[in-house]
This record gives sequence, structure tokens and C-alpha cells, in this order.
Amino acid sequence: MSKPGKLGEGAFIQCAKCKKIHFANEFEENLRVCSSCGWHHRISAQRRIEITCDANSFEELDQDLKSGNPLDFPDYDEKRVGAEDKTGLLDSIVTGIGRIDGNRVSLAVADFSFMGGSMGSVAGEKVTRTLERGLEKKCPAIVFCATGGARMQEGLLSLMQMAKTTSAAERCNRASIPYICVFTDPTMAGVLASYASVADVILAEPKSMVGFAGLRVSKQAGVSKVPDDFQSAEFAYNHGMIDKIVERKDLKSTLSQLVQLLGGHLLEQQEGDKLTTRGAKK
Amino acid sequence: MANAVPRTLDEWEKPLRDLEDGITKLKAVAVKEKDDSRAADLKYRIQELQRRHDNYLEVMYSQLGPWEKVLVARAPNRPYMLDYVNQVFEGFVELQGDRRYGQDHAIIGGPAKLNGSPVMVVGHQKGRTIQERQLRNFGYARPEGYRKAIRLFELAQRFSMPVVTLVDTPGADAGLEAESRGISEAIAASMLKMFSLTVPIISVIIGEGGSGGAIGIAIANRVLMFEHSIYSVIAPEGCAAILWRKPEMGPQAAEALKVTAESVLSFQLIDQIIPEPTGGAHRDPASAAQSLKVSLLSNLAELSSLSGPELLNDRANRFRNLGVMAIH
Ligand SMILES: [Zn+2]
Repeated sequence: MSKPGKLGEGAFIQCAKCKKIHFANEFEENLRVCSSCGWHHRISAQRRIEITCDANSFEELDQDLKSGNPLDFPDYDEKRVGAEDKTGLLDSIVTGIGRIDGNRVSLAVADFSFMGGSMGSVAGEKVTRTLERGLEKKCPAIVFCATGGARMQEGLLSLMQMAKTTSAAERCNRASIPYICVFTDPTMAGVLASYASVADVILAEPKSMVGFAGLRVSKQAGVSKVPDDFQSAEFAYNHGMIDKIVERKDLKSTLSQLVQLLGGHLLEQQEGDKLTTRGAKK
Repeated sequence: MANAVPRTLDEWEKPLRDLEDGITKLKAVAVKEKDDSRAADLKYRIQELQRRHDNYLEVMYSQLGPWEKVLVARAPNRPYMLDYVNQVFEGFVELQGDRRYGQDHAIIGGPAKLNGSPVMVVGHQKGRTIQERQLRNFGYARPEGYRKAIRLFELAQRFSMPVVTLVDTPGADAGLEAESRGISEAIAASMLKMFSLTVPIISVIIGEGGSGGAIGIAIANRVLMFEHSIYSVIAPEGCAAILWRKPEMGPQAAEALKVTAESVLSFQLIDQIIPEPTGGAHRDPASAAQSLKVSLLSNLAELSSLSGPELLNDRANRFRNLGVMAIH
């Protein structure tokens, strides 16, 4: 998917899918979903948090974690610094504690614009801590995926993050901490084959790319002709891999419902929460 | 180097085979030689070639670079899972089927005895003949393989058997059918199951530890690698194709990805390297099997002092600390 094109002084944005031109402010107000064709354009982690959490409720944590270049991998430092400058982030995922309709959640949100949302040591650690914070603070954990998979530049360290994050999910399972994963465009490879696929509930945004290997690799594996919707959220849904495809505008209310339905048993275990703040609509 | 980079073990071992051919020819001549002094001379020349051969072998295998290790790890005559199962364990009974959809022959497993005690063995099996390679899907396991593994892990848990997994795959199947039946979910669920077991688990990378397909059955209290095996987040050729648009730059990618047992141990991602006989496991499978057995027994003995909950926590802690980060 190409970046929405800008015309004039940035007051207009063109849909990457149907090419329709929108007023930039209307496009943003519509959560970067094309009002004409419904295409969900990628959004930043910051914007995702704004539209998911109650106003001013999100407290970012572990924002100081950054990768080194443990393998001394060629060009990795340059790529990472470039991504830092472009996004203002130190890695591909933003994590913290927030509230959804008054209910506390531990949140992780991937940002595809940082090296394709790839998972290296830092992203793996931050997802692990997000799930562990759910355990600690007795609240549901929610992870928004947007990733091409494991980060090659950290070699096997990246592969080990698949295990580390899955272990944290397993501990949440045993402690009855609800864990919800939202597949956004794209959710692929090493992330899909680890913590993303073992969530209690899996939601996806429409038309997100969802798959194990890139199409190029799949073709090398002998896949010559694939259905039009191959490796889409709809394909995964039709094969029973996803609970529900939810439009961006409805995600907060769906998450809110799930948090209340699955996390009700945690409320009395939470410390420092006033009942009056809970369940209150924004 | 003047020579082109070898693409297969066969190419790379050509100088060795030339020496072996020379020895075979001389031996054929020596058998027919009637003259005592000429026979003695031939005997000397054979011994001399043999000495050069052995010397060359030892030097070659003591200086394997990352790409050469990739070639050795993928060698078609390298011992596969069943070769080890037959030599290390007794009374292996293969249990089959995922009880969900179908049959996978790339991941196989079942109970067997190790020094008289029952264990559950699960691993990747590659094939040697064309038919067997197709049957084994070239070691690319399908979702059914991982779901069968989950079933066997559950059996191990129920009957208090330690689990041994032998890893040898280029990667998991990425085709349309595998995707349709949830290959990603199958791998993730297998890891999740392994984290939930309260029996000891030991995983051994015996050949290729190829990305998600490998780690899907490599969640263990102890992870070991054979000396010339590799373990990688992505196949070197795939990495080269994505990063540099040049799959032929696999050797450079193998170097950059740090795929050798030595490198992986230096990052403390594995616990131990199992030494191979001179010239690699494929030159002396019995001796490689013996080393594996010794290693499995000593590691299981060490784990035997831990209770079920301790084993589970030990495994979670082992993986919890993996990663290299800085604070901004
Ligand atoms: Zn559109």
C-alpha cells in the first residue's frame, strides 16, 4: 500500500486504494478510513492510542528501551537511526497503561512506520512486559499488531522473542488475565506465529494483510495461483483464525465490551480503583 | 578466494573426494600387484594419501565458516531424526495423526526408552530418496505436524515422561494449504503448550534450525545444538533476497545472521554444543549418536532434581531473559 499522496499544501489526501481525493481534515476525522471505498489506511501508534483510550488516560511506559546492534549487522544502525528520526520513536511498539470506558487495560500498539513494525529484542520485551503488566495490575492486556514479522537484523535474538512473548501469554492464560489481540495491516510471519495467534480473542481490521510468509516466499514454496483474498484478514476469518473483523470506528466499543465481559472477575482484585470511575461512558 | 563459493556440501568436499578416489584407485591396483617391492611402494603411497586426506579433513572441519556450516547442516547424508532415534533410544513407537485434519510426515514422534526410562521423542524428519523427500515435504512441516506434536506433548504430560525434541527443518510450510489451516496458529499453539508442561524438555538442533518452523518445537529447559548445525531467524538466502534483492548472497547473509552454534552460544541463546566427530556427524553417525545420548542423559539427570512447577518456571525464566537492549 502506498502512502496517501498529498496535493497542494497538504490539505488534500488521496486514497491509496480507490484514488479518491479527500480533504485532509475529513480524512483524519474519519480515522484515516476512506469514506468512499472503506479502505483502512495505516495509522500511527500515537493516533491509535488516542482513538482507543479514554482522553488523557494513557501513561506510556518503557519508552526508553532501544535496540543495540548486537550482531553488528550491516546497515542496521543507519536504518534504525533513520526510523527514529522519521517516527520520533525508539522502536516499533508503544506500550503503557490506559483506560477504555473507565476500565484499566495494559496496552501495546505497534507502529508499522518504524522498520515495518518488526519485532527485535525491544518489541519482544515490550510486548512481554505488556502481558506481565496485565498479570501484575490484574487487568486485560490488549496488543495491536502492525508488523512484517521478526527483525532479521537481530538474527536469532528476534526468533527468541517469539518464544518469550508466547511464554508471557501462557502465564496470562493460567492467571485468567484476558488477552486480546487486534490484527491491523499487516500482521505477518514471526509475530503471527507467536503471541498474536494465542490471544484469547482475535479481532482484525478489514482487509489487513494477515499471513505466515510473504507472498514472495509462498510463491517460492510452490504457490503459483492463490485466491484474490489470500493472506487477508477476510481469508483468515473465513478459515476460522479470527473471531471478528471490526471496522476502525467500532473497535473501541468492541474492545470495551470484551474487557467488561472477560475481565469482570478482575475488578475486585484491582487496587486503587474507584468503582465510580468504571463503566462510565466518555 | 579464487574459487567460486560452493553451493552444496558435495561441491565443497570435492577436494576430499578427489583424494578418496585416488586412494580407491591405488587400492585396486595394489590388490593385483604381485611384485613385493612395488606392492610396498603402493602401500606407502596409499598411506601417504590417506594421511593427506585425514589432515585435510581435520583442517577443513576445524575452520568451517558460517556458510560451510549451512552446507554441512543441510547435507543429505547427515543423520536425520530417525537415524538418531534408532541409535539413541530403544523401542520407539511412532504415534501418528493430529486427530483434527490429517497426516504430516515432516514432524513425527512417539514414546521410546532412553536408558530404560520412557521419554517422548518429537522431531522433524527429512527424506533421502525422492519419494521420501516428497513424503516428508522436504522437512517443511504442515499445521498437522505441529498439532500432532501438541498431542504428543499432552501425552507426555499425562504420563510424566520427559520430552526430547530433535529439530531439523528449513522452515514451516508456507503454502496455500498450510496457510488455510493456520500454520501460524499451529506453531504458536505448540510453543504455548510446551511452556505449560511440568515435565523436563530438552530440544536439540541436529541440522537446520529454520525460523518459526524450528522454534515451534524448541521450547525447552535446555536447548542444545550439534557442532555443525545452524539456527536462524530466516534462511540466509531469504534474508539476502529481502535485504539485498540477491538470494545468491546467502553466504554473506549467513555470516551476518550469526547462525553457527558457536555464535548462538556466545549470545547465550543455547545451553550447550554437542561435539561432532572429525569431518562432521555424517562421517560417523554412530559416534554422533553416542554424543547425543551422553548429552541427553546428563542434562536429564540435572533436571531430575526439579519439581514440576520448578521445571515450568525454569523454562519460562530461560526464555524470559533473552534479548539485547539498551536504555536511551
Ligand atoms: Zn478509497
